[in-house]
Amino acid sequence: MKKTLIASVVALASTTMLCAPAMAQETYFPIIAKGFSHQFWQAVKLGAESAAERNGVSITFEGPNTEAEIDKQTDILNAAIAKKPQGLGFAALDSQAQVPALQKAADAGIPIVAFDSGVESDLPLTTCTTDNMAAAAAGADGLAKAIGEEGEVAAVIHDQTSATGIGRRDGFLNRLAEAYPNITVVDVQYANDALKATETIKAILQAHPNLKGIFASNEGAAIGLAVALKETGSGIVGVGFDSGKTQKDAVRAGELLGSITQNPVGIGECVVDSLAKALAGETLPTTIDTGFYWYDATNMDSPEIAAVLYD
Amino acid sequence: MTETTLAPAAPEKTGFLTVATLQKAVAFVVLILLLGFFSLFAPNFAQWSNMVNIMQATAVNGVLGVAVTFVIISAGIDLSVGTMMTLTAVIAGLILTNAGLPLPFGVVGAMLFGGFMGAISGACIAKLKIPPFIATLGMMQIARGLALVFSGAKPIYFNDTPSYYYISSGSVITRLIPGLEVPNGVLVMFGVAIAAAVILNRSILGRYIFALGSNEEAARLSGVNVDMWKIVTYGLSGLICGVGGLLISSRLNSAQPALGLGYELDAIAAAVIGGTSLSGGRGTILGTIIGAFIMSVLTNGLRVMGVQEEWKIVITGIIIIAAVYVDTVLRKKA
Repeated sequence: MKKTLIASVVALASTTMLCAPAMAQETYFPIIAKGFSHQFWQAVKLGAESAAERNGVSITFEGPNTEAEIDKQTDILNAAIAKKPQGLGFAALDSQAQVPALQKAADAGIPIVAFDSGVESDLPLTTCTTDNMAAAAAGADGLAKAIGEEGEVAAVIHDQTSATGIGRRDGFLNRLAEAYPNITVVDVQYANDALKATETIKAILQAHPNLKGIFASNEGAAIGLAVALKETGSGIVGVGFDSGKTQKDAVRAGELLGSITQNPVGIGECVVDSLAKALAGETLPTTIDTGFYWYDATNMDSPEIAAVLYD
Repeated sequence: MTETTLAPAAPEKTGFLTVATLQKAVAFVVLILLLGFFSLFAPNFAQWSNMVNIMQATAVNGVLGVAVTFVIISAGIDLSVGTMMTLTAVIAGLILTNAGLPLPFGVVGAMLFGGFMGAISGACIAKLKIPPFIATLGMMQIARGLALVFSGAKPIYFNDTPSYYYISSGSVITRLIPGLEVPNGVLVMFGVAIAAAVILNRSILGRYIFALGSNEEAARLSGVNVDMWKIVTYGLSGLICGVGGLLISSRLNSAQPALGLGYELDAIAAAVIGGTSLSGGRGTILGTIIGAFIMSVLTNGLRVMGVQEEWKIVITGIIIIAAVYVDTVLRKKA
């Protein structure tokens, strides 16, 4: 039932997308995400839709198939600008490459709000984002405390080029370097899907028998971490990022110590609210931190946390 | 092995040292050399637990490699094996989790669906005369899109079917021989490989696959129903992708609808490293399995050494080119 419902929502969304130019007189914001298949983006979409209803505007929510297709995302962006919308929400796959395309929107007088990953330019009026450095630092703290602030740890990062990948990696590593001198980072590897993360983590465990903990920087990497720990029976401390059912179950069962969740619904709301405010002539701060939370088996069912976790 | 060819081409069998045997031997030597190299230079590499890691990491690519080997020997190509794997995993999820049917339905359903979709590729190639590269490129996208549509772009979990996990991750062998922990997924891969080798070398289908690859026109003129056997060949590839879909989703305990793109290239690489000729008519299942092992030993060994992912990709590329070079040299000598 639920699946059918989602399928029809997707279908409905694409219909709205097709009809969008026809109702150009009404306020319309295209929201362009980095993808749509991770549950994270579905949650952002949910937030954007509820804010759209609240503000009485219409939105569309689009993204490329995978989070590596920068060119496809630029095509989507150009198509959205051509529709002459009243505002534009954009999560850049590359913080620099897409600035020229955004410039076109700015030249046409379309207000831009960036979300999730920032853009290295002052074109966006504001950026609704998680402070990835601070969030990953909180993950480092959780991991460090659990291993008694000493020993060997490693990290598996979801990619080496996007702002979220770089931010989370550096946030994790910097925090360990600053605050925990007795912790050594023995390996940092990259894996962009759950199966590759599984094999990567098993190889890391093989190479470093004294390893005490691993940090995984997104949902896919965290699934890999949970599977690898289960398959090897290793009792080391695992810390993840984002949520999703596999990761939540692993945290609840104690297979992973805990994880960092962003506030995807809040990000979606922030984009649409900020665009509406910009149209009303309000000035916006350069970034809006939508927040993050550390969750583990003890607090994941509290209303505050449960509201931002998703399956 | 008797690789019967209907085509009147020069027989490749010259006693024991056929090209195929030589090449399998070359691939096998490369595998042994890699194992030796990493045992010396990668600390903690040479442990039984790591050999289990490597075998398990080979399972999915090995199965997809077998699928694509059939097609390549018939002088075709199948670019859809990666996303087809994902689509069949989603189908298993729909059957087991959404419809709540018992395990065998999911297993058989996923494989049959893969076979059906593969047969559609085959029909496009045989009947509509679309080149295999294009037809399966289209199918790659169709499968990827359908996987997202059918799943509502959400992972499907198998928590309601706890036995599903044992398809790839339990160990039947441990129960029979305590202490020997070979995961079921590895057994599935070897099972698929043995069945595939029997089909390829001992059945009419196998003989016609070689015939198609060596000289399609000759096969047609000798009265072989070329179109039908092409459809069967691609159907078989799709069916085996279904096994791959079961393995990966069982291991992740979920069908991840966004995964799968790029897996077809690893599968083709395994086949090529193992001596399957992209121009058709030549190849073995054992070679493909050795090729898949070479790739996972390389990946695992470089990771254990702490070599960065970027360099791992470069080195895999070099190995593929070297393998095809050896192939060319050996073929000239034959």
